[in-house]
Amino acid sequence: MSSDEDESMSEQEEQTKSGKEDNGSVLDYIMSLESVPSKLPPHLELLKTRVLCKIDAPQHTDTIQYSGAYAALGVDNSIRLDNFRQNFKVQVNRLTEDDIEFDMIGIDPALANAFRRILIAEVPTMAIERIYMANNTSVIQDEVLSHRLGLIPIGADPRLFEYPENAGNEKNEKNTIVFKLHVRCERQQPRITVKSNELKWLPNGSELPSEDIKPNSSSKPKTFTSFSCSQDSLPEFSGNPIAPRNLDIILAKLGPGQEIELEAHAVKGIGRTHAKWSPVATAWYRMLPEVVLLKEVEDELAEELKNKCPVGVFDIEDIGKGRKRATVARPRSCTLCRECIRGGKEWEDRVALRRVKDHFIFTVESTGALPPEVLFTEAVKILEEKCERVITELS
Amino acid sequence: MFSVGKQLPYPVVGDAGIDKQFLAAPIKSAVDKFQLLPEFLKVRGLVKQHLDSFNYFVKTEIKKIVRANDRIVASKHPNIYLRFKDVRIGEPSIMVDGSPEKITPQTCRLSDLTSLINKQGYSLDCAVKLYSVATWKYAAPILVNVEYIQGSPGQMTRVEKNDVVIGRMPIMLRSCCCVLYGKDEAELAKLGECPLDPGGYFVIKGTEKVLLIQEQLSKNRIIIDTDKKGNITASVTSSTEAIKSKTVVVMENEKIWLLLNQFPKKVPIMVVMKAMGMESDQEVVQMVGRDPRYSSLLLPSIEECAKSGVYTKEQALEYLESKVKKSMFITDSSEKEGRAYSVLRDVFLANVPVHQNNFRPKCIYVAVMMRRMMDAILNKDTMDDKDLFKTMISEAKMWIDKFLEKNNKTSRFDFSHVIPKPLLAVQWSACDNIEYISRDTITNGLERTLSSGNFDIKRFKMHRKGMTQVLTRLSFIGTMGHMTRVSPQFEKSRKVSGPRALQPSQWGMLCPCDTPEGEGCGLVKNLALMTHVTTDEEEGPLISLCYYLGVEDLELLSGEELHTPFSFLVIFNGLILGKHRRPQRFATSMRKLRRAGKIGEFVSIYVNEKQRCIYLASDGGRVCRPLVIADKGISRVKEHHMKELTDGVRTFDDFLRDGLIEYLDVNEENNALIALYEGDATAETTHIEIEPFTILGCAMGKQAMGNIAYNQLCRKDTLLYLLVYPQRPLLTTRTIELVGYDKLGAGQNATVAVMSYSGYDIEDAIVMNKSSLDRGFGRCIVMKKKAVTIQKYDNNTSDRILRPDRTADNAGHMQILDEDGLAAPGEIIRPNDIYINKQSPINTRTQIIGSAANLPDSAYRPSREKFSGPEGESCVVDRVILCSDKNNMMCINFLFRHTRRPELGDKFSSRHGQKGVCGTIVQQEDFPFSERGICPDLIMNPHGFPSRMTVGKMIELLGGKAGVSCGRFHYGSAFGERSGHADKVETISETLVKHGFSYSGKDFIYSGPLGVLY
Ligand code: SF4
Repeated sequence: MSSDEDESMSEQEEQTKSGKEDNGSVLDYIMSLESVPSKLPPHLELLKTRVLCKIDAPQHTDTIQYSGAYAALGVDNSIRLDNFRQNFKVQVNRLTEDDIEFDMIGIDPALANAFRRILIAEVPTMAIERIYMANNTSVIQDEVLSHRLGLIPIGADPRLFEYPENAGNEKNEKNTIVFKLHVRCERQQPRITVKSNELKWLPNGSELPSEDIKPNSSSKPKTFTSFSCSQDSLPEFSGNPIAPRNLDIILAKLGPGQEIELEAHAVKGIGRTHAKWSPVATAWYRMLPEVVLLKEVEDELAEELKNKCPVGVFDIEDIGKGRKRATVARPRSCTLCRECIRGGKEWEDRVALRRVKDHFIFTVESTGALPPEVLFTEAVKILEEKCERVITELS
Repeated sequence: MFSVGKQLPYPVVGDAGIDKQFLAAPIKSAVDKFQLLPEFLKVRGLVKQHLDSFNYFVKTEIKKIVRANDRIVASKHPNIYLRFKDVRIGEPSIMVDGSPEKITPQTCRLSDLTSLINKQGYSLDCAVKLYSVATWKYAAPILVNVEYIQGSPGQMTRVEKNDVVIGRMPIMLRSCCCVLYGKDEAELAKLGECPLDPGGYFVIKGTEKVLLIQEQLSKNRIIIDTDKKGNITASVTSSTEAIKSKTVVVMENEKIWLLLNQFPKKVPIMVVMKAMGMESDQEVVQMVGRDPRYSSLLLPSIEECAKSGVYTKEQALEYLESKVKKSMFITDSSEKEGRAYSVLRDVFLANVPVHQNNFRPKCIYVAVMMRRMMDAILNKDTMDDKDLFKTMISEAKMWIDKFLEKNNKTSRFDFSHVIPKPLLAVQWSACDNIEYISRDTITNGLERTLSSGNFDIKRFKMHRKGMTQVLTRLSFIGTMGHMTRVSPQFEKSRKVSGPRALQPSQWGMLCPCDTPEGEGCGLVKNLALMTHVTTDEEEGPLISLCYYLGVEDLELLSGEELHTPFSFLVIFNGLILGKHRRPQRFATSMRKLRRAGKIGEFVSIYVNEKQRCIYLASDGGRVCRPLVIADKGISRVKEHHMKELTDGVRTFDDFLRDGLIEYLDVNEENNALIALYEGDATAETTHIEIEPFTILGCAMGKQAMGNIAYNQLCRKDTLLYLLVYPQRPLLTTRTIELVGYDKLGAGQNATVAVMSYSGYDIEDAIVMNKSSLDRGFGRCIVMKKKAVTIQKYDNNTSDRILRPDRTADNAGHMQILDEDGLAAPGEIIRPNDIYINKQSPINTRTQIIGSAANLPDSAYRPSREKFSGPEGESCVVDRVILCSDKNNMMCINFLFRHTRRPELGDKFSSRHGQKGVCGTIVQQEDFPFSERGICPDLIMNPHGFPSRMTVGKMIELLGGKAGVSCGRFHYGSAFGERSGHADKVETISETLVKHGFSYSGKDFIYSGPLGVLY
């Protein structure tokens, strides 16, 4: 929700801004004068664009959004779409099957956060919601087993399914995936571990009769689902059967003679309702670290500084005559452990740790239903949708 | 390295080959003695105090008791007798249809063998085949070998019979009589028992009962104190097999008096002395001490005596006769001798025996009492602090002993119970007399006492309630804590702070941290990890040993000689043996004998310089603990000993036997200088702690939810709380490992952010992450038991269970019933659902016509059991257990299971007592996240820290974080930093830094709703 507000707020700001410009010919005049600064002075610029990470707490963490925040200095602080278009950049650093790391540059933290929040709570996935327990003689309790089943990531594209509410809670091939689990540990056999690979997809829907079977009725017994056709036959699933994404998740252990027989129904949902529908293990960002040496750090001190940093942010360069100087080689890997400024005031004066306020290193770890890059575009789509909703509401 | 073997402790004659200086040099590194602890616990067990005393009872005490009263003679026919030759405890068993069947504790807990576990279908048939057992208790027969006379007066034959059952004794689990004794883990598992369970309790009527350890004032010891009026008193609580009495000598109005229950008013002590044959005032003065200060204090009492005209023994007895309570002692003998005389002999200072009417020991005892009193008057320092632990005794065993003694004594004193009439009466037939031995007195007496916890011993005028408690099974560690609890002697209402304060002498014996809040604070204590409670030891050999070692017999000493300078009185178990001229030498040689294993390891030798006494003690109920012996500050335990221990060639007992370690009780600790660490030892140090953290008990998280035992799902507790995903703590302690808490964990490791958040966290409330809860954080299972009895009535009618009528109006509520009328395991049960479709006969009083089985349906009214639970909770029928109860009626136990996730208002706590309710539950996206995307499970308010000063929690937060980042469990044992059993904060912080965290553990975090750095 907050993302909506951010969006609308910036729009409003732009409107007020343009209104001001209309009657602000005096301002234009002043701006055109040479002695008036058109840019912020460096110390304010620093506070505006950087978070200063001091030894005990960060300073100037807030973003200055008000367009007239620097009006007294004659600096326009409004957000302009053009500027945003020019400056906004996305750069993918790492992309694997399950996670992605990319830089998002030139965006307000509110917006970056909106994507994070949507990824965690609003991008839908499929997850097991209903268990029909036919038999469970294992030590694990029915509820606990059901809970464990619910948390298994299902490797099915949620975009191909509908929310169950849309179908009036009728379970059809469009909104339900049915799995079956039937494991039995024979007597005189060693104990077995039931893993998620035992969950078998039933493309034809439930096999359990929902009512007591009347022996004489010849018609097919009614089950818990009403599939009109097999999911197999649908083009999107014909080539790739649905299965749990990870096949080695331990569900239960069975001793000799114990048995579990159940049917699990997966439906579409969002992470806000229950964490099992969250498509990401987690999604987060961090602001780009900026490590600045305020003074020249040389010789032994340079060596000391280099050794202080556990992740090797600093390096040493030769400046001739056998003298050495510390340089900041890999600021990106700074974890903000503040080791380099621990050890007294003099270190705090030598090294400045900062974060760039509009540069986000975004990481998305997918649970596997969708690849991480797709997840992000899905999140963008959801935000878009929300904005459109707000716009239509307003107009 | 060098090898000195056992030569070091003892100066060996002709040890020319040994470089003494080299030996005397302090060793460089302190020896890590930690390994001794698991070894100690392996041999002694965690609840050793219970097991030891029970084992002692069944092995030794019971034999003694029976030997003391082995002969029963018919009152009219002295040559008809029955003699108990031997007694032993058989194997735990139960009588099933007249034949014994072996039982295990688990069957007794479930109190039935036909329990149907988990959700399998069953039919009523198997429920009918119940064992016809009266009570389910874990008990074993008491077997005796008897010899008796049989036949009619004309032709008597002596018959011997072995293994006659005279009663059934409840058996303490894991004791030497228990089937679990000496079993390994796999065997225990087969018996359905949890290998980590400490034992030490009884199973009676399906419930687990613990005998609480009681704390009492030491018996048979002189205790100097002031009474309410500020008068100095010397009191002795005497306790012998035959009688228990309290003798008080009080100084009032400058005169000394005797207070004894048998005398309604106080009597002058000098009269008592005279009555005991001490007619010469001079000798009394000599006995007390010739110091003029003593005599001047004694003078008023002597005058008082003279004033009442008492000069001779006869006059004194006459005087006392007039004072003695009339109702007491109206036996033949006392009539003959005079009541006062018998009171003096049997009741007054009962612990001092009177042989052949020789009252001299008693006179000396009184003199010593008076002397101690006068010392206290002249010098307040010598006053005993009654609250001081050393005058207290934990008497776990006492209670079992005394109690069982009582029950067996009943069989002596009151034979009409055990051996009914025929043996005692005149007309007895030629029947087998052994048939008449009744078994119920002992069996029932024991059972009633253990299950009710009320101890009534008439002979000792002892009535105590709540001696046994149901073992708490809320968590594994709670059970442990319950077993080591020491309950106080005084009522809890006393608004005094004295006894509640921590006593210095409790160091190492009682846990300094573990005491309840509120009324029992400081009174209810817990034993420390290595505390041992002694059992009685044979006195005779020790006494004669004392005489061999130069103790001068009291009989041979005149009053004058008693207190000569440089000689110390030798007091053995409160009895004055005599005096010794070289006290230190005597003490040293006794100790040497103890270290060499020639006398019991729990005998304590304590030299009290102030009172000029040597106290020897071998009685039961003293607390003591093992310590490493040090010679001139050098530990006797060396590296190679520990290596032998780890290699398995040396056991803890070997350490004792080789004189490397010894047990000290609270008294003897006063003679020792104990170094906490080996490095701290100086030349004066006599002992070194094995591991300093053993001064603590195991007091963590008694209310914590988690696991209770490996067999927790096979038990039948009335209320059981389990955690679905219990975890082992990332920051553990050595104690946790020793106790087995790491195997049966309680609690979960949470990612905690200490910060203010949302305002729903004021007053210690915590904010929880909804997604964590979704993923199973803090999920728990509550199991409740409901029992339904199928009642049988006097008129032969009984309740019945009906097949549910599926068409009836309330069929909806009967859905979960099986065809047998009982709820099926695994069914979800809602409030008002019927879980047993029972009917009771309307007429249960008057006799009915016809057979009870043919009663028409109209004669029954429904008495269905409805499930009552809070609306909205969905419970599940976990198990249905059918068994017979003690009245042989069918009892159906239902276990209902409810799995719940944390909600608003649930209470959570860290291990440092920082409890708080859940104030709000917040979505994960609103939760803060760190640079690495870590999102906490819960947020707690930092305002909880300053006032509580829980530094330990800070360390735990750091240690836990370091633990997750480096993948190694960290340790936080108390005292552990110096001996390497705990991680130092510095090293923890270094680990954190190495893994890219801040040294101080503080992280920068981003706001969940705003997305900016906080
Ligand atoms: S804060 Fe830590 S990681 Fe960052 S530069 Fe300083 S020492 Fe290196």
